[in-house]
Amino acid sequence: MHRRKLLSGILLAPFAAYAADGTVVIRNAKILTVTKGSLEGSILIRDGKIVEVGPNVNAPAGAKVIDAGGQYVMPGIIDCHSHIATDAVNEGAVSVSSMTGTGDTVNPEDIGIYRALAGGVTTANILHGSANAIGGKNVVIKMRWGKDTPEIVFDGAMPGIKFALGENPKRRGGASEGGLNTRLRYPATRMGVEDVIREAFTDAKAYKAALDDYNARVAKGERLIQPRRDLKLEPLVEVLEGKRFVHAHCYRADEILMLLRVADEFGFKIRTLQHVLEGYKVAKEIKEHGAGASTFSDWWSYKVEAFDAIPYNAALMHKKGVLVSLNSDSGELMRHLNQEAAKTVRYGGLTDDEALALITINPAKQLAIDNRVGSIEPGKDADLVIYDKHPLSNYAKVQKVFIDGQVYFDRDTDMNERAAKAERKKALAEKQKAAARPAGNGRRPQ
Amino acid sequence: MKRRHLLLAAAGAFAYGQTGSPGFYAIQNAMIHPASGPAIPNGTIVVRNGLIEAVGPSVPVPAGAWTIDGKGLHVYPGLIDALSTWGLPAAAPAAARPATPAADAPTGRRRGGGDETPANVQFLDDGGPEDRPSNTSWLKAGDLVQPADATLTAARNAGFTTAIVFPSTGVFAGQGSAVNLSGGRAGDMVVGSPVGQYVTLPTRSTAGFPASLMGSIAYVRQIYIDAEQYKAAKAMYAQNARGLQRPAYDRALEGVLESPRILLPATRKVDIDRMIRFGKELKIPVVLYGGAEAWRAADSLKASGVPILLNLKWPEHDRDGDPDAVESLRTLETRELAPSGAAALSKAGVRFAFYTTGLERPADVRRAVKRAVDAGLSNEEALRAMTLGAAEIYGVDDRLGSLENGKIANLFVTDGDWLAERTNVKMVFVDGKKFEPAPAPAGRAE
Repeated sequence: MHRRKLLSGILLAPFAAYAADGTVVIRNAKILTVTKGSLEGSILIRDGKIVEVGPNVNAPAGAKVIDAGGQYVMPGIIDCHSHIATDAVNEGAVSVSSMTGTGDTVNPEDIGIYRALAGGVTTANILHGSANAIGGKNVVIKMRWGKDTPEIVFDGAMPGIKFALGENPKRRGGASEGGLNTRLRYPATRMGVEDVIREAFTDAKAYKAALDDYNARVAKGERLIQPRRDLKLEPLVEVLEGKRFVHAHCYRADEILMLLRVADEFGFKIRTLQHVLEGYKVAKEIKEHGAGASTFSDWWSYKVEAFDAIPYNAALMHKKGVLVSLNSDSGELMRHLNQEAAKTVRYGGLTDDEALALITINPAKQLAIDNRVGSIEPGKDADLVIYDKHPLSNYAKVQKVFIDGQVYFDRDTDMNERAAKAERKKALAEKQKAAARPAGNGRRPQ
Repeated sequence: MKRRHLLLAAAGAFAYGQTGSPGFYAIQNAMIHPASGPAIPNGTIVVRNGLIEAVGPSVPVPAGAWTIDGKGLHVYPGLIDALSTWGLPAAAPAAARPATPAADAPTGRRRGGGDETPANVQFLDDGGPEDRPSNTSWLKAGDLVQPADATLTAARNAGFTTAIVFPSTGVFAGQGSAVNLSGGRAGDMVVGSPVGQYVTLPTRSTAGFPASLMGSIAYVRQIYIDAEQYKAAKAMYAQNARGLQRPAYDRALEGVLESPRILLPATRKVDIDRMIRFGKELKIPVVLYGGAEAWRAADSLKASGVPILLNLKWPEHDRDGDPDAVESLRTLETRELAPSGAAALSKAGVRFAFYTTGLERPADVRRAVKRAVDAGLSNEEALRAMTLGAAEIYGVDDRLGSLENGKIANLFVTDGDWLAERTNVKMVFVDGKKFEPAPAPAGRAE
């Protein structure tokens, strides 16, 4: 009861639209809980939360009943590395861009959100790009399509920041391949990348010390001018204090070890290694540091540092005890992460649950939101996907997607609306093309 | 009296549309549109010493005034372009920023070893917000305006008497001034200054930080944080300098602190919502500019109380674009519905004004306003959006924007409804000084 009271205060306010009949039962479903095995039965949802999961669930009077028709229900997919839904990805002009963040540029109307939903994704980690050794802050969002920015941000998700090693940050500020872009910046080498990280954290420690010194002296009654608040160093201080996660883009085993050593030396943790294609070579060291790994199933060879990759990477790291997830880093790949997970069954022999964990509970743990999402368990957010076939099958198609118990994607609705939308689009396009034709003598404004 | 009137008209015809003015006029029997209230048929308006001395249905004509028979004429407050660069020297970005390499520069200039640096390469200094890049916040448009600029005459001939002009280069471009479009010296033209800081949020740059939307936002945020700290430090130092380290003088922060409001770009609904939140965070009054999607953002704007300047250059189909390009429904709808934004804002009670950037001919301005009227805006509201509405947003409505006693005598006189195709501007008064536009060439009313 107490919990319900809390919920009605926190959750119902933004979702008042469905509060009146907030009780939903999904029945006749093959339920893949990921953490508690699989069963045939029903899921009771109230006020956006999963209340009960079992072979027989009492549907309260007035509850909305959805018959899954024997189809599969799994937890909403979580993508630990995405760049959709943001109007900016990289601030490449500086080698440390920690003052920036995707939270400032969230675009809740990016069609990528809807397309991700159609692929069963309900939560994603929207990261800064990899142009800088230390990049910008990230934001975790739920795919609440149709809502404004504050309502799609995953409330209470741990803040994070992007790091990047190797080829991307040493490209020196977006210098293009043809050499025409002549604006270059430090660093240009892997050792330079390490130096940038070391220097930034040295600065951050000095900044923190100056703030502490100021506070201590003011407390003693000294009259001092307050030091400048530095938005570049502040997030790094948070990293040092364990209040902000580091998500580090990396490929090669040597640079992975470099970063882990630098982090150990400065006293902070790498929360996730992103891409980490050579992680299988140093899985023991990754495990010892306590870092998670978020990798691709078999996307490789797109640059030199991505050549020594194997499709067994995820499975091998998992078997060494590393917390592994599969991510997309792409608006397209994001729409079939279930198939990406399936590849680990073929390459590495993971069980179905282990494979599904790579795109659900594991990324949830990496983002420290596993108390809320990532599996089908009572108390968790009702973020669910209904597939017509087993989600690890190539033939599985998403039928419905729920976030907080509300339907955000429905395949039938989508198909039914297509004709009308196409018609409206055609009419507008023709009208505007006609209006844009040069009139009369074709004279243009001076 | 009659003879003096005739003389005046004759003088006008021979002196490039301008008369020697005694500065004391009465326009009788005209349809007066005060913008601050309902139209006055057969009204009289008295202008003396640059101010409106009286306006109303039964105002006696004072002795000694030059009377103008207003039969068949309409009198409107002088139009205000709410965001303009009229009369300012052309921006010279080449001088302020290093030139980007020519697009036709020969490729393959990087001979020899990979790290040989071509002669034209400039290394970024990796400067961040602390280096105040792209910042001329201290510039005041009123100091830069050139009274002899031909654009001022052209605008005046179309009924404009005031422009809110801003420097336009850089993230912090500088401070705006309300200037009347006539005067011997720049100082004579300035009606209010500074009226705000013009901020752009570049999404790319080849000249260093910020080179992305996220960098631009982070930069603006840091500048306002620095400005607050600077203000507090200066106050502390002014109170008692003994024993305190002197805060370094910072003209970039001086310029920001001088500005009573900030102008932020917002074209789409996403931008509008984002900038409303950003303005709240900066704790400074915000005026948005752009507004192509204001038609679907009226509620957000109303709730926030933030005013918006609408660009009269409504989005158009690109005549030179790929005729087979498939545009999104959202793009098509915005193009269709952008001109209805003004009516939506008016209905919701949002403060808004028009600006003409991108429209070069007076006839284009009139047609653009007409489109807003055709999409539901009343004639009165349209006039208000180009007069009193703009004055209110910039806090100069105590002196400008309507035909009311004691306000600056800025007005224009036409031979018909100002939005009608064939209407001619007969007279324009700026600071009580009368101008008569040269008659339009026969056959075309432009």
